[in-house]
Amino acid sequence: MSDPRTAILGRLRASGESGPLPELDTAVLERRQWPAAQRPAQLRKGMEAVHTEFLEATPADWPAVVRAFCEREGLKNLLYGPASEAGAALAAAWPAGGPTLKPYDRPVEAFKEELFNGVDAGFTGTVGGVAETGGLLLMPGSTEPRLMSLVPPIHIALLRTSTIHDTFWSAVKALGWGRSLPPNALMISGPSKTADIEQTLAYGVHGPKRLIVVLVDDLA
Amino acid sequence: MHAENEIHFRDAAAKALQDPQLRANFRRAMDGLITKRKAQFPDPRDLQDLRDLSTAIRSRSLLCLPELLEQLEASCTKNGIKVHWAETCEQANELILGLLEARGAKTMVKGKSMVSEEMHLNAFLEKHGIEALESDLGEYIIQLDGETPSHIIMPAIHKNKDQIARQFSQKIKDAKYTEDVDELTAMARKVLREKFLRADAGLSGVNFAVAETGTLCLVENEGNGRMSTHVPPIHIAVMGLEKVVARLEDVAPLYSILTRSATGQAVSTYFNLITGPRGADEKDGPQEVHLVILDNGRSRIYADPQLRATLRCIRCGACMNHCPVYTRVGGHAYEAIYPGPIGKILTPQMEGVGVRHDLIHGSSLCGACGEVCPVEIPIPEILVRLRREATHEDLGSKVAGKGTGRTATEDWAWRLWAGVIKRPGLYRLATWFATRFGKALPANAPLIKNWTQSRTKPVPARRSLSERMRAEGVPHE
Repeated sequence: MSDPRTAILGRLRASGESGPLPELDTAVLERRQWPAAQRPAQLRKGMEAVHTEFLEATPADWPAVVRAFCEREGLKNLLYGPASEAGAALAAAWPAGGPTLKPYDRPVEAFKEELFNGVDAGFTGTVGGVAETGGLLLMPGSTEPRLMSLVPPIHIALLRTSTIHDTFWSAVKALGWGRSLPPNALMISGPSKTADIEQTLAYGVHGPKRLIVVLVDDLA
Repeated sequence: MHAENEIHFRDAAAKALQDPQLRANFRRAMDGLITKRKAQFPDPRDLQDLRDLSTAIRSRSLLCLPELLEQLEASCTKNGIKVHWAETCEQANELILGLLEARGAKTMVKGKSMVSEEMHLNAFLEKHGIEALESDLGEYIIQLDGETPSHIIMPAIHKNKDQIARQFSQKIKDAKYTEDVDELTAMARKVLREKFLRADAGLSGVNFAVAETGTLCLVENEGNGRMSTHVPPIHIAVMGLEKVVARLEDVAPLYSILTRSATGQAVSTYFNLITGPRGADEKDGPQEVHLVILDNGRSRIYADPQLRATLRCIRCGACMNHCPVYTRVGGHAYEAIYPGPIGKILTPQMEGVGVRHDLIHGSSLCGACGEVCPVEIPIPEILVRLRREATHEDLGSKVAGKGTGRTATEDWAWRLWAGVIKRPGLYRLATWFATRFGKALPANAPLIKNWTQSRTKPVPARRSLSERMRAEGVPHE
């Protein structure tokens, strides 16, 4: 008896029937375009419809905007990646006292309990946005671990308007995701939600209950 | 001969129709989903173009299926994902058990996976002392009651919130009774967070697997999929072998049409792309990622050029939402893992057309499913084809259980028909009798009863068409 792999591939091959490949007409995807200046508004429309909150900021004042939000909400701490670009910039501008910055600087095995039960919010950068439907593109990794945007009850994400693409399709191409990807990449459009009980929307089921986008206008 | 099997769906459907609560739950849910889907496709040209593109992408994937699977395996292996193959559900279950036992895993959290339902994985693992906990809210709700999903996207759609409120107050420790959806959701969150934190392993399905990059794509709203795949030290993904596509670029339109067709969402909350286990310098993510590729009858479906279209399915559930039969009887009446129109063509092909003869006839062939299918699977045509396969052994196909759906009654009826139709004199005599005395036939006569128990008995015309044509002098041969 052959192993399952050989048997399965053998059966599929025996079915022959290859024929010419149908053409792929991507015109319907190419039609979805917005001038760069309109993309932020289009993105906001999509994301606000699913309860994402926005804070407007400039390239200079965004750390202060994040800080003000934390103070306003009475957060005790904010999880951040000290080695990431956004994390380092935030730490450099973070005044002493008040909410503390908590670095994610150990393997999760030594941090799990605290991550699940002792963190008020997580702060991450993004690698871009998607205008069409509204969405943030993230590439978690060594400097911003995967669980920062998932486990804390609030996720604060930094998005620069110049990095917003038209569609997920055009973003995949522009970012070169089709050629190589890190172990994890993702798109996030809002806080965690479910409609499993009677089709009634409820937010904050397993992931963050709130998603705050700090939208930095760097198009000007 | 299958006699006793044929009545399953009919009986279960009849029973479901007597349950006003069930019917109200489904009607409300399906109406909502139909409306939301429609709002996502305001431009018919865009919709058709997107369907054409999605169909072409899925057709291309199937045309190159063996090559793409090999490429997927090579890319995954390069990325550090271990790939396993299983011909049957038993093999897949044993494989997963082996992986868990090797690491001494006792608890596993699960993201939603229909393939794992197909495998009856939870029951299998529990028999071997491993707790498999569903973490999708809908799946969690039905697991508490030991039920199966009644819809592939919204598994607990047959329950309303009063039923869930009662269930939670009885089955969750220290839970108080509440009908508030936010409070119910918060209760489940509390229980499941603790489970995510402690689980030894996580399991998920796969929405799309990308051959070129070796990426597993997961679509979800709740975050339980990310929890199950990123928090525990080992992640096992299971997929049907048809889920592979060539490039990540191809996934974009499929993802778009999937969420819009399924729940009427322009985009899901999370679209999670997993391309490997925790990297050398990463601080979290699973240390091991395994991909189990399951056949379970799919390669047989693949062998038939017409039936192969079944494998284009991206599991959106739109065919269910728009099906007049499904909406009225609900998902459980099908007694199958995949209910509704897609289940009616998939289940008989997996389990045999004779065994699930009931399902291929449980359709009015209204065509709604084919019309809304994002990848244009001709479900009604396939149903008709399977009906024929069920009663014919000799059509040269590889359909499972072909010819085993014949019944003695049906055989006799057709033999009688053939005998009459081949003899003009006898045919004229028969139509003369039918037109003159058909009215007198009691509505509860055998065979006729099946039709008349829920419909008015048809009254035959007083004269047959050929009689009238002769009488009115219409020229004919």
